[in-house]
Amino acid sequence: MHLGHYLRLLHTAQTNLAGGFRAVAEGHADEADVFHLAGKLAAQCDRHAEQLAPHAGRYENPAGDEPDALHSDIFRGPRSGALGLLRDLQDLYVMAAEVDIVWTLVGQAAQGARDDDLFSVVRDCEHETAIQLKWLRTRLKQAAPQALVVA
Amino acid sequence: MNARAALPSVARLDASAFTAAQRRFGHAAVRAAEASVAARSGTHAAVPPADRIADPWGPRTPYDRGGCWPVRIDRHGVGDDEAERWVASASLLHSNGDAMDIAVRDGAIAGVRGRPHDRVNHGRLDPKDLYGWQASNSADRLTSPLVREGGRLVPTDWDTAMQRIVARSRDLLAHPGGWGRIGFYTSGQLFLEEYYVLGVLGKAGIGTPHMDGNTRLCTATAATALKASFGSDGQPGSYTDVDHCDAIALYGHNVAETQAVLWMRILDRRRGADPPALLCVDPRLTPVAREADVHLPIRAGTNVALMNALQRELIANGWIDTDWVAEHTNGFEELEAAVEPYSLDHAAQICQVPAGEIAAAAQLIGTCEHLLSTVLQGFYQSNQATAAACQVNNVHLLRGMIGRPGAGVLQMNGQPTAQNTRETGANGDLPGFRNWDNGEHIAQLARLWNVDASTVPHWAPPTHAMQIWRYAEQGSIELLWISATNPAVSLPELERIRCILRRDELFVVVQDLFLTETAALADVVLPAATWGEKTGTFTNADRTVHISDKAVDPPGEARADLDIFLDYARRMDFRDRDGEPLIAWTDPEEVFEAWKACSAGRPCDYTGLTYDRLRERGGIQWPCTAEAAEGTERLYTDGRFNTDPEVSESYGRDLTTGAAFTEDEYRAKEPGGRAFLQAAAFEPPPEAPSREFPLLLTTGRTLAHFHTRTKTGRTPELQAAAPDVWVELSLQDAQRLRIADGDIVRVRSPRGAIEGPARVVGNRPGVVFVPFHYGYWDTGEDACEDSNGHARAANELTITAWDPVSYQPMFKVAAVDVRKAA
Repeated sequence: MHLGHYLRLLHTAQTNLAGGFRAVAEGHADEADVFHLAGKLAAQCDRHAEQLAPHAGRYENPAGDEPDALHSDIFRGPRSGALGLLRDLQDLYVMAAEVDIVWTLVGQAAQGARDDDLFSVVRDCEHETAIQLKWLRTRLKQAAPQALVVA
Repeated sequence: MNARAALPSVARLDASAFTAAQRRFGHAAVRAAEASVAARSGTHAAVPPADRIADPWGPRTPYDRGGCWPVRIDRHGVGDDEAERWVASASLLHSNGDAMDIAVRDGAIAGVRGRPHDRVNHGRLDPKDLYGWQASNSADRLTSPLVREGGRLVPTDWDTAMQRIVARSRDLLAHPGGWGRIGFYTSGQLFLEEYYVLGVLGKAGIGTPHMDGNTRLCTATAATALKASFGSDGQPGSYTDVDHCDAIALYGHNVAETQAVLWMRILDRRRGADPPALLCVDPRLTPVAREADVHLPIRAGTNVALMNALQRELIANGWIDTDWVAEHTNGFEELEAAVEPYSLDHAAQICQVPAGEIAAAAQLIGTCEHLLSTVLQGFYQSNQATAAACQVNNVHLLRGMIGRPGAGVLQMNGQPTAQNTRETGANGDLPGFRNWDNGEHIAQLARLWNVDASTVPHWAPPTHAMQIWRYAEQGSIELLWISATNPAVSLPELERIRCILRRDELFVVVQDLFLTETAALADVVLPAATWGEKTGTFTNADRTVHISDKAVDPPGEARADLDIFLDYARRMDFRDRDGEPLIAWTDPEEVFEAWKACSAGRPCDYTGLTYDRLRERGGIQWPCTAEAAEGTERLYTDGRFNTDPEVSESYGRDLTTGAAFTEDEYRAKEPGGRAFLQAAAFEPPPEAPSREFPLLLTTGRTLAHFHTRTKTGRTPELQAAAPDVWVELSLQDAQRLRIADGDIVRVRSPRGAIEGPARVVGNRPGVVFVPFHYGYWDTGEDACEDSNGHARAANELTITAWDPVSYQPMFKVAAVDVRKAA
């Protein structure tokens, strides 16, 4: 039974992603949309972590049996300027993508464990993570030509 | 008989006295007096040049449900026989599209009269139009180009001015990514032909996505909500729905002041037999709120919570057309789940209005048989703009009330030609309501313009205005061409905007009638002709196209905006794929014909219109084609919407973040001509009142003025009617702050501060209202100077924040502090 590890890793990944969104919001406060939306999405990640916490406690975490570290601490920003924004949002995209696939895996495990409560948390949250990814992709696609070709 | 003397006294009361009379004597007394006006003036009356500042909506001409709105001809200036000629036009001072004739005498505009047989206004005119024509004759019109020399703007000739713009453009385009260094910020007051030329030269000439209008500030949410619900832009309803409806719901739409003639129509129905019930959602006690049967003065920024509660009531009470919903819509289950948490009590708590009042509103819109809804800035410029506007569309979809006489939605426009900015792709959309993400739509444009498809920027949606300004602030946009608008007064957070315009590295071109606050900061100023001085067409908020013919010559060397854009295109020598000139048109009618080809087969099809037909017939609604030669009164009469992937203007967006869905995701929804019921949870606005800033500012409009008063402030009657800024406070807030009516107060936000006299009124407590019209051109302050003297414009206070889907800035939710000025 390794679900406990995954729940803790997902919890950490969500907390890190929240921190990343928050750092991007503050570091790029002059981008008004990024400031407001990244702040909102950071709070959304916090709520995901809160919803996960009680479930993580229910599953044992055998010592010395940690899977490889996830890449959820990839964020190195915030950087400055138009190119910095691109790099920062790209970091968040990679982090959110990892969260996204881990939600899928935890959802699968929740079904295997016949854990309806956990599965319902997954269903609530994974949709929001998917939208976060979509927003990052939309914003990155819009910003890339100006940042990479013009500026 | 002197008709003016014959008017009973109530008709000459000013608006505030009128409402005071309503308070004292009740609606019945006022209605009786109005009815007596109508009886004396009769139908088809030519109303004498009464004082329409004191009596903005004029005498009533009541009519019954299903009847024809009586003609009443409003006029000002010279009489029929005193004019040398009369030239057809329509209003350019609001979005209603009221048709009028311009009187010409001695080579100058000398008056106006309403056109009696036009579908829009039946002869009536808004007070702004009655008097506003005088502004064109102002002595301070720009009459020659100006260029900046040694820090000052000095007069020059056209060749010098245009050569500077062309030299800078060529210089920027000579480097990789040059397209991205040029941006255009246009207007809601030019003509269709001018926008289309701008669209073509930007998208196919320069190849830049950086083009938007200040329509972003007024009408972007209307377009976005229509796309989200119905697949494409295009107003579903018609003004004639007022004639047939039995209920009207106005959402954040102070129609009495923004579209006075439409309000006359509504009042005339209200005074006739079988009048429509009226719901008003507005935190202010506007003239509409005073007339309404149910008024919900909800807390600013809570529209989605209210709309969700209303929809929950519709569903719970069975006030929905289940069969129609199943056949014609997509997303009912999600919507039902999304609105479930919004009980009357929950919404009452969020919106801070009594639950019983929300229930009454739900009953009003839920039990009528023909519902007309209208939406404007109280939704568009507020929190969750697109989500809220979509919920109004939902009400009509749930009730199956769309595309029938009296059952329609009017997602309104703020500015007179905003519709054309949207149609022609000068506003952050592609021409003909095409989808930037649909390869075939891009190929159509490339074929039409005979350019390579890769020339037309379509890697992302066209850049929205707030992002264009951000690129200019960061320095990646180095040439910003502003036509017919005044961002130094109209955009949020003005000190930031002035800083951007003052940047040495930014080359600013301004094309306008007067030396506006924005023009004063430009590097090149181009003097433009205005309404009555040039020919073109434009389209109002209910898809009615009018022609506006040239009546007089522009002053001095001023030129039509069309001629300026054509001159730039010629000098830039833009070429198509065969090496021929990209833009070879020379006059407005040629451009109109080219636009017709661009519109062919799209929802906004103009192919059945010609200049001659518009002159002969007056206003005609698009789509107008060979099959629908008389135009089209209502869209979606068969319940089939523009949501097929081949037709739709968008593949959909997430309402919370604006995230774009892909073509595959869109197709997976199998829209198949069904409309989308869009669901959204309430989210609090980005700025909440705090200890330091305990009140909420909402900015807005007043009847006497349009936009930043460039014209209306130069019109004696309108200027006298509302000469300076004011600050509206609720009775409760004024008492608490020990502020009396007329006291000079200081309003402060985290962005800036302004001062003005207090007006203590019946708005909901916690709300501060400041009209946004007042800038600095008539205060003697130099816009070029860094000074602390900028203490009049409401937008010194507003926040830089926008809706994630429509990108429309939020002018209705800034936290402020108010105290008596020292």
